[in-house]
Amino acid sequence: MRASTDVQTPHAESPVRRRTRLADNEAWLGRAMLAPAIIYIVALVGVPFLLALFYSVTNISVGHTEVRFVWLENFTSALQNPTFLRALKNSFLFAVFSQLLVIVLATILASALQKDFPGKWLVRLLILLPWVAPISLGSIGWLWIFEPIYSVINWTLRAIHVFGPNTWPIWLGQPNLAFASVVTVHVWRLLPLATVITLGGFSSIPQDLLDAASVDGAGFWRRQFQITLPLVLPIMLVALLFGVIFAFTDMIVIYVLTRGGPYDMTQVLASLAFFTGIEGGDLAGGAAIALFLFPLLAASAIFLLRVARRAEVI
Amino acid sequence: MAIVETRSIRKKFADSIAVDGVDLATREGEFLVLLGPSGCGKTTLLRMIAGLERQSSGDVLIGGKLVNELPPRARKIAMVFQSYALYPHMTVAKNIAFPLKAQGVDASTIPDRVQRAATMFGIQRLLDRKPRQLSGGERQRVALARAMVREPDVFLLDEPLSNLDAKLRTLARDELQQFQRRMGTTTIYVTHDQVEAMGLGDRIAVMNQGRVRQLGRPQEVYHEPADTFVAGFLGSPPMNFFQREDLIAGFRPEQFLPKSAHEGNDALVTLWFQVHRIENLGASRLLYGSLRDAFQEEKVIAHLPFTMHVHIAPGTAYEFAVKEKDIKFFDRSTGLRTGPKPFWDRQ
Repeated sequence: MRASTDVQTPHAESPVRRRTRLADNEAWLGRAMLAPAIIYIVALVGVPFLLALFYSVTNISVGHTEVRFVWLENFTSALQNPTFLRALKNSFLFAVFSQLLVIVLATILASALQKDFPGKWLVRLLILLPWVAPISLGSIGWLWIFEPIYSVINWTLRAIHVFGPNTWPIWLGQPNLAFASVVTVHVWRLLPLATVITLGGFSSIPQDLLDAASVDGAGFWRRQFQITLPLVLPIMLVALLFGVIFAFTDMIVIYVLTRGGPYDMTQVLASLAFFTGIEGGDLAGGAAIALFLFPLLAASAIFLLRVARRAEVI
Repeated sequence: MAIVETRSIRKKFADSIAVDGVDLATREGEFLVLLGPSGCGKTTLLRMIAGLERQSSGDVLIGGKLVNELPPRARKIAMVFQSYALYPHMTVAKNIAFPLKAQGVDASTIPDRVQRAATMFGIQRLLDRKPRQLSGGERQRVALARAMVREPDVFLLDEPLSNLDAKLRTLARDELQQFQRRMGTTTIYVTHDQVEAMGLGDRIAVMNQGRVRQLGRPQEVYHEPADTFVAGFLGSPPMNFFQREDLIAGFRPEQFLPKSAHEGNDALVTLWFQVHRIENLGASRLLYGSLRDAFQEEKVIAHLPFTMHVHIAPGTAYEFAVKEKDIKFFDRSTGLRTGPKPFWDRQ
């Protein structure tokens, strides 16, 4: 980003100067290469964001031409809506539960992948697969897995006699199971990235340090918790930051699996904003819900990045 | 304190043999140096003794006990790594305390022992710093303090001085030796630096291609090399070699002096030395040249101390001589040392 903020001396007018190519001028080359990303962010994130800010303080809705400023009314009415409170709580619960599981599982997977074993490339590929699969398609796959009649989980567990004849959980229809199902899909989807990031962190630890710890008397657990984890922590925080943001902002999983049901038990802010603003036509209300967490998310992003930087070592 | 012993220990990697049947035994409280060029297997040997590397075959004994199956932490050893391997996220105090905590030492005694170790190496004022805030010499001391704090039976040191600048290295060498003498702990020290080996070791094991070529006191290894490898590896500049009938003969550059400079009644072998180039190193002169006449212009080097005021000019031949007893003979095919062979040119 430096190239774009540096103050540049104006272009000299001499013919010699003019003949230098764009590629020779690092300042302009930097700007040119950043431009697509900046245009993309401004057009697809910046403009809608400002629009949402504007919508959230008006009474705009689909089919009404008259727009009036209502300031914080949308926010206060959202806070009095039990569905909104439910969605707010769910957003946090999903993020916390899925990230806890992701961090633990990613650490275990990354530890396992550090060692060489036959077929490692295949395991790696399989672990990365959920990340490259489109979220919507992956979610549809899960929808079939959790299907009330044909659920492969239920049939398998019944076939091996784990489930008795009267046990037949409706994965997406019972509130607690629906919650767990959504968390499962989130974990499935976010695990690859976290694993790859953690693996990168592991391999950046010098072997000497682990050897020294072994000689110094540390067993596996002490090495893990006092040497490896503190050293990969800054990198894992980056994975955590990504995970939290994905979990908070994702609505595709909810939309495909439960549409927020049963009885709004799995509604999250992103999905509620969509259902309110787009499907319900209340653009202003949807914008207010969508923006509700913005200050909090921004603050936690800054906080995590700070911690990651402070914990950086060597 | 303990004796470390390896019995026909071997280490095979996928495409090479790093250590090829080494039998080595330290003495009680000894400073043993493993010396050899890089890739000779010395570090692998040390890592097998530490238990960081599992040998392909053979045994490791520490204090008379077979430790093949023991993990590093159960071998009562301490190791200092070339990189020092200080834990970057811990303060110096926590680094030093780590082995004590890991071994479940009574927590109330830890600060005291850390303090003592720090005092020993003069790093008390650094205890609250992180490793990245330390200089190379300070890091090295912290690594040593961390190694000695738990009073191990054996010290294993893997090139601990090679990351220091030349001046500091001499100082650190001296400190290291004093410290080892004071502790009296059996120490195995890996280095590729012959000066370190000569200066520090009670005995030196010279290694090449996975085998110990010679084990002996520094003076023995230097003056009575067991083969051409040892003769050529030790000494700077290395030993001069020339063909002598069916043998290889060798002598040290500092034993190759102008005939007039030799004193005493030792039998001398005179050789005509054509000087090509002179390097003046301050404390000494290096003369690069070749042997004339019967020696097929073999390239040799003479090493003259600066106190020897003999005028030498490049491009001229001089009458140089070596004491006959200083010439070593080696078998031409095996490189092994053989008995002396009388010279015809005796005067």
